[in-house]
Amino acid sequence: MAIYLDHAATTPVHPEVKEAMLPYLEQQFGNPSSIHGFGREIRNAVDRARDQIAGALHAAPGQVIFTSGGTEADNLALIGVARALREQGKDHVVTTQIEHHAVLDTCEFLEEIGFRVTYVPVDATGLVSMNELRQAVDDRTALISVMYGNNEVGTLQPVEEIGAFAREQGILFHSDAVQAFGVEPLDVQRLPVDLLTISSHKINGPKGVGALYVDRDVPLRPLAHGGQQERRRRAGTENVPGIVGFGRAAQIAMGNREQYREHTSRCRQAMLEELESAGVTFTVNGHPERHLPHILNLSFPGADTEVMLMNLDLEGIACASGSACTSGTLELSHVLKAMHLPDEILRSAIRFSFGRGNTEEEVRQAAQTIAATVKRLTEQSK
Amino acid sequence: MVYLDNSATTQPDPEVIRVMSDVMRDIYGNPSSLHGLGGKAERLLKQARETVARILGVSPQSLVFTSGGTEANNTAIKGVAYQHRGRGRHLITTQVEHAAVYEVCRQLEKWGWEVTYLPVDQQGRVRPEDVAAALQEDTVLVSVMHVNNEMGTVQPIPEIGRLLQDYPKVLFHVDAVQSIGKLEVRPREWGVDLMSFSGHKFHGPKGVGCLYVREGVTLSPLLVGGGQEGGFRSGTQNMPGIVGFTKAAVLAEQRRAEAVPRMYRWKQEMIEAVTDRLQDVRINGDTSEKGGAPHILSLSFPGLKSEVIVHALEEKGVAVSSKSACSSKGEEPSRVLKAMGLDDETAVGSIRISTGADNRDEDIQRGIEALTAVIPRLQHVMKGGS
Ligand SMILES: Cc1ncc(COP(=O)(O)O)c(C=O)c1O
Ligand SMILES: Cc1ncc(COP(=O)(O)O)c(C=O)c1O
Repeated sequence: MAIYLDHAATTPVHPEVKEAMLPYLEQQFGNPSSIHGFGREIRNAVDRARDQIAGALHAAPGQVIFTSGGTEADNLALIGVARALREQGKDHVVTTQIEHHAVLDTCEFLEEIGFRVTYVPVDATGLVSMNELRQAVDDRTALISVMYGNNEVGTLQPVEEIGAFAREQGILFHSDAVQAFGVEPLDVQRLPVDLLTISSHKINGPKGVGALYVDRDVPLRPLAHGGQQERRRRAGTENVPGIVGFGRAAQIAMGNREQYREHTSRCRQAMLEELESAGVTFTVNGHPERHLPHILNLSFPGADTEVMLMNLDLEGIACASGSACTSGTLELSHVLKAMHLPDEILRSAIRFSFGRGNTEEEVRQAAQTIAATVKRLTEQSK
Repeated sequence: MVYLDNSATTQPDPEVIRVMSDVMRDIYGNPSSLHGLGGKAERLLKQARETVARILGVSPQSLVFTSGGTEANNTAIKGVAYQHRGRGRHLITTQVEHAAVYEVCRQLEKWGWEVTYLPVDQQGRVRPEDVAAALQEDTVLVSVMHVNNEMGTVQPIPEIGRLLQDYPKVLFHVDAVQSIGKLEVRPREWGVDLMSFSGHKFHGPKGVGCLYVREGVTLSPLLVGGGQEGGFRSGTQNMPGIVGFTKAAVLAEQRRAEAVPRMYRWKQEMIEAVTDRLQDVRINGDTSEKGGAPHILSLSFPGLKSEVIVHALEEKGVAVSSKSACSSKGEEPSRVLKAMGLDDETAVGSIRISTGADNRDEDIQRGIEALTAVIPRLQHVMKGGS
């Protein structure tokens, strides 16, 4: 049996989530826009899911736009706000060097259509520099986009501070909270954010669905035009089973958030303890305290990432080099590069990410296998 | 309840639900992950792509999975317009497109593109010679739907494709969302460069669609970040959705030969019944076997309100629609029917009846009974009777 330590890439669908979805594939198949009974019932199901997501964020249901995932929500947030505020003479966006590609590539597109983008650097722990961020804004800055918790190293950004600063400057603030949702307390009443991205398949919900929280009065132009769905902010027939599944997954995640944090922290701790007692040399990438509990990024100097991943895969341990989307190409991580880590650290980094299905026992077992593999590989190369 | 609104959405086939359910349970990896579980998902994704490619007669690399027909249309039209803006900023489409094409074109106009909306004849069909005449030096894209979702008329796609062969720089997009399982679609043979599909219209799941992008065609993606789907569409793939889409496409194609004559017969039966037994009824679109899709029937009852008819039929246990689901809440008369020359009064009294592969003869009989009971009563009321 494989030990799955790649929950930051994606998570298995919770059996209760699947149960909740099935009726909306079977008898409840109507189109929510239809005016007959088939449609009305489905509209109610989508509304219930919207309430569940809104509840998880302490938002109002009208502030939740369902999308096809985190990537679309990030694209919509950045492009939607940029296009709307361009009409008011704004042409500048501030983000960081360690965002997910869904944000970084969208910023590249914004540059193509004439925006200026400042990519604020981070320190060696992956923490964004507040000073540089403050200096980056000018009077034509439309938006600041800084992720809540990083998907590769887990570092938590000072979003409250950034948000407060953005408010003070009259600049909108977006945060990609895909990795933080279900883990960190996301309360938009307290948190000074205007837009927030979340994704279902990272919280044991189905793939192909996500959401963007958008505060009232935030000007946003749609990305997809066509139907009048999602109050004209996102056209396209709703992925009803997906939305229902996402709602249920969020509800379950909220009910278990504290246990989940404790559980993943224990798994993370177990991994570190075992590796230490096995006597392998490793470093922890990311911030020592301010980190997501479920992500652990380690470097084993001398053990090349790609070789490690292959060997661990053969041993039945599923983990990653960085984010899943980029790992297909195995380029050096832009996040670790931005942290200015030494080359041998960059080239030997592995991300372990824990989740609901893991047991402390299997994590310890995995750690022993990892330690043995590292020893074998580093011995060989001597 | 009898469901005769299959152009709005269809009931997923039990086999589709089964494969989706299996994928949700067993194949939870991310296809972009390098490890074995990711590899398993990637292989399944590859298989799905190959299967759909075989059905369409195209290469697997030319298929881009999306979140639905709307996203496919947005990706194709905005993507081509933006990518080739240096060459020209003129687009040609028709007055009868679905909102997911029409609204995109309207948006492009706001962004500085010029769009020609070609008129249609009384059956709702665009003339290929009008397409030819509308071509300009700076035309980059022609977008014409295959089957119209409101009245079923089939557009002359192969003819348009043929005439566009002489203009290799003009790309040709076809919204074929209503076609799978009802008509054959051959993008390559027809000279089509981009074609949109949506799973929930042929007994597959909602939230998944597909865009054919002929190899060599470039476009600026709608969604970026991650580089999935050959860079044409970023975002973690909706694995159960894609597998469900594929299963549904296979079943639709297998069943097409026997389902189409049946649907066509139902359509004829309904036409006969309403013309024989009702007064003041107009049948919209081309209803011939060659010129009209077998599953869509559009009827107008001048003087009545479509929503009133829909609700009255619902009380009789039959679900049909007032117009396309995406705009069914609008009160205005259908833009599409007006383009065919219907006056406002006729257009606001129109309903759409659409059948699916899972309907049975009894459903059609119930539909006919409900219509013939409801319409005369409503007409009587409208004429001031009591
Ligand atoms: C931080 C972050 N943002 C965005 C995404 C993209 O979300 P999705 O996979 O739902 O498109 C991911 C996951 O890949 C992520 O980790
Ligand atoms: C012709 C046509 N194009 C596009 C669409 C939109 O597809 P989807 O519902 O998958 O977004 C539809 C259906 O609503 C349609 O009938």
